[in-house]
Amino acid sequence: MPATYHTRKRRLEARVFRVLMLASVLVIAASLGAILWSIVSKGIRSLNWEMITQVPGGGFYIGKGGGILNAILGSLYISLGSVVLGLGISVPAVLYLNAYSRQKTWFAGLARLVFDVLFGIPSIVYGAFGFTVMVVLGLKTSLLAGIVTVTLMIVPILARAMDEVVRLAPPELSDATYSLGATRWETAQVLLRQSLPGILTAILLAFGRAIGDAATVLFTAGYTDSVPTSLNQPAATLPLAIFFQLSSPMAAVQNRAYAAAIILTVIVLAISLTGKFLQQWLSRHRI
Amino acid sequence: MAVQTSNIATPVAAPKATPHVSVRNLSVQIGDRPILKNISIDIPDKGITSFIGPSGCGKTTLLRALNRLLDRQPDTKVSGQVLVDGVDIYGRDIEVTEMRQKMGLLSQRPFPLPMSIYDNIAYGPRIHGVRKRRDLDQIVEHYLRETALWDEVKDRLKASPGSLSIGQQQRLCLARGLAVEPEIILGDEPTSALDPVSTQRIEELFLRLKNRYTMILVTHILRQARRLSDTIVFLYMGEIIEYGPAEELLLHPRESLTREYVKGFIS
Repeated sequence: MPATYHTRKRRLEARVFRVLMLASVLVIAASLGAILWSIVSKGIRSLNWEMITQVPGGGFYIGKGGGILNAILGSLYISLGSVVLGLGISVPAVLYLNAYSRQKTWFAGLARLVFDVLFGIPSIVYGAFGFTVMVVLGLKTSLLAGIVTVTLMIVPILARAMDEVVRLAPPELSDATYSLGATRWETAQVLLRQSLPGILTAILLAFGRAIGDAATVLFTAGYTDSVPTSLNQPAATLPLAIFFQLSSPMAAVQNRAYAAAIILTVIVLAISLTGKFLQQWLSRHRI
Repeated sequence: MAVQTSNIATPVAAPKATPHVSVRNLSVQIGDRPILKNISIDIPDKGITSFIGPSGCGKTTLLRALNRLLDRQPDTKVSGQVLVDGVDIYGRDIEVTEMRQKMGLLSQRPFPLPMSIYDNIAYGPRIHGVRKRRDLDQIVEHYLRETALWDEVKDRLKASPGSLSIGQQQRLCLARGLAVEPEIILGDEPTSALDPVSTQRIEELFLRLKNRYTMILVTHILRQARRLSDTIVFLYMGEIIEYGPAEELLLHPRESLTREYVKGFIS
């Protein structure tokens, strides 16, 4: 039986949209490929052992020896510190919203609205805010100031992402724990356990933002060629290392910026992959 | 909860006649919609009492009112009394966690906690203060045997409950509930997600347990109500239309609504 005109039209429609969807996927994959290609092709030759094991030597910024260990460690300190501090603030907040206040109260609604608004604030505003507070308090740029400011930026990311996951926990779960005679706190702990894989996703998301952001740390953590040994000292970061080197007129220094970008990308990738494995392990008891 | 049964003057009667749970003028409203209207009923000690009725008649709400799970539902107003062993669980001095511990709940879909098979059973005893490994081992084995799961899972206690069939999961949930030593077991259509064979195993368990526990089931399957129940409560639009011994209610209903429901005219 030959296909009717209507059927042929539907088939054509299906094909057109399939091609469009495939094209979108390719655009995304190609942009990622292009970005990776551009940083790898420009940076790979400047990447060497010295780069990741040494701090900048004299004349580093005009192309002489040294590395960016200061920025690598500074970035790790700030992003890990802010994720830990951020979790300390956001996990209790999310548990409170989900286990303690009833879902529909105005308070929970208001809290979620606040997270959304904070989520939308550009990072430079957090940077400026952090800087203002430091000026008022008479503080200098420091690792601590950087961590606190980045924490402010990622708390809404963490809270919002975790809230979505914890809210998705089935009501049967808390019915079950309450029926066993659990308190709200004990129920919240089970809720947290059920949501661990999703919480890990939130952490990865926040870590990526924290380690990659330049605007928050520009005025707060500052920049230095040495590795900070206390919270009061300024700290260099990879995004700023990239920025400063890229601003150089010298090609050799510019290429080092790309090498720093490779290092930043590899760190994010390594953390993400570790996260994926952890996630599978954490999900093993979930139904 | 302390022993307070003596506060209520009970006339000398056969122990069987003393209700385990007494619902007194219970009304539940969600938003401005009345779900239960002035329910009063005595649920006998031991044996199986089933709530039947068409969807939306309030049978699940009534069940959830019995261990105060309704407390957590937004916009829900509960008035009236639920006396368990003569003590009003909505009363002022009630420790809700201890009250709930006396009542196990089996939900429609089995929902194991996000932890190993062993820890699922041990969870309840642990939160109530059992700490010694040896005691916990004993409890876990005892209740897994009680629910006929032991032979099936004894070699993989550390495994995830996700590796169990849905019927086994429901028995795991039953074992988890029994492990906190409740007196009452509430079942909210506990076999509705199960295949016929698993359903049969759960039903066999219920029949075995009913001599030791007061069991209250919600079901929409009349044949199941008949197979299991000693007492049946028929609810319709938030009201109790009729209740009494199972056979009598199903075979010789007094009310015309019950008759129509039993014959399948309203569902």
